[in-house]
Amino acid sequence: MTNTLHRYSEHYAFERTSNPEPIKDDYIVFAMASRGLNDDNLVEKYRSFLQLALKHKPVNMGDATKGGILRPRQDMNPTAHWRRDHSPDPEQVIAGIEGHTTVAAVFDNYEAMRAFVAELECAQLGISINISAPMDDARRCCEETGITRHSVEYSIGFCGRVDKLPDGTTLELSTMCGHGMVSANFARKMIDWVKENRRSPQEAARYLARFCICGVFNIHRAEGIIKQAGTLKR
Amino acid sequence: MRIDPEKCVACGNCLPICPVGAIHIDPDIGRAVVNEDGCVECFACFRGMSKEHLNPVMVRTIRQIAKFFRFRFDPEPDICPTDAIVPQELTWPRIVRRVFSDPQVPHESTGIHGRGTAEVKTNDVTNRVKEGEAGFVVEFGRPGVGARFRDVQQVTTALADCSVEFEKNNPVTSLMIDPSRGLIREDILNEKILSAIVEIKTRLGQVPLILKKIRDLSRAVDTVISVGVSTRCDAAGNDALHEILEREGYPMYRGKTNLGLGRITTQ
Repeated sequence: MTNTLHRYSEHYAFERTSNPEPIKDDYIVFAMASRGLNDDNLVEKYRSFLQLALKHKPVNMGDATKGGILRPRQDMNPTAHWRRDHSPDPEQVIAGIEGHTTVAAVFDNYEAMRAFVAELECAQLGISINISAPMDDARRCCEETGITRHSVEYSIGFCGRVDKLPDGTTLELSTMCGHGMVSANFARKMIDWVKENRRSPQEAARYLARFCICGVFNIHRAEGIIKQAGTLKR
Repeated sequence: MRIDPEKCVACGNCLPICPVGAIHIDPDIGRAVVNEDGCVECFACFRGMSKEHLNPVMVRTIRQIAKFFRFRFDPEPDICPTDAIVPQELTWPRIVRRVFSDPQVPHESTGIHGRGTAEVKTNDVTNRVKEGEAGFVVEFGRPGVGARFRDVQQVTTALADCSVEFEKNNPVTSLMIDPSRGLIREDILNEKILSAIVEIKTRLGQVPLILKKIRDLSRAVDTVISVGVSTRCDAAGNDALHEILEREGYPMYRGKTNLGLGRITTQ
């Protein structure tokens, strides 16, 4: 799955801006086992990964078969329209691990990601670990933690009917869910609601995050994007 | 997917939730309706929306009163109040839509959720892409446009002419009737999916040719194509791909890095 490969930013703009801002708040570390090769004690390995991640304050983390720290609820009652509980539940993610899946943790700063990767290197869980991030930052992280890069995969961007794509700001939000579960129309609606002062950027980001089935949606980054868009600064 | 007109209160919450915009309010009946041809069975609406389980008659009455007095009510935007979204039992070939669109459904051919591909995420254990080789992920329909298998076939048949190797352990390859020619089974060519990934492998030297080929082919399909290219690093952790991409002018800002921490631990 190319879950996090094609997270949109100005760096992919079809007529690229000459000097886009570097992305400094979006780093994903994920783990994946291979059937029949290293999937023994898988639940324990995945839970260890997530427990280690929690120490470094990820902005989201998830299990690709169940969801992230914010999930839809099946038991809403009408009071939710006046008082909605947006509390994240990382323990639910850890407790819900049952077997084969991909687990991920999202960080909004380089130092937290690096510290987590350093711990993973020591933990030697035996499952494949990948960083999805700006390539230079991933490379620097490897150098600083004494890890030799094994393989790399570059996102080349989009081609074809790009006229069917929404604007860049909407894409930055919707592509944060690599499985396409965060609809561009819903992202636009949330930006408009913030512009109209119907919801705060924090609330809007959390509505979007609930649809991301694997927990790689960067809630903190989304807040920032929506806040800027909502105040016409983006 | 279907919306039950007995339960739907036309609140409109589900409309923007649909990643491919397949839901609208039918003005003739005043209910939300799913466009069956446009729907990719991704289950984003059914699974992603929170549920209140309210009585539809009660909700419609309240909404009519609010409408009469021109009251604006700001309901939570991610809730279906009346359990109106109802999954349908899917049979072949429509079931292929769900397999490729619902990330919670594992692909039978690979056992992997999501897009069903491992690519180089597990290369430290599988050694699928070696030094001197390039692995491509050609994803159709992403982000949020959707694609039909006939568009996928238009590209796979052209790539087959370039003597590329289609990854055997891949959901799209498993649907090919003739991988040597890139031909996909006919009965699914019209099925629409949220996205599908074709994986191929070539020598590193062919990267510029293949990337140009994909870009040229993308002009003939009615969807968006996202492209990723990968390789194995050398013993010092350097990759030859960087120089190739830089020379050809492709963006190289973001990607994935396999840290090489995986080990074979089972017999």
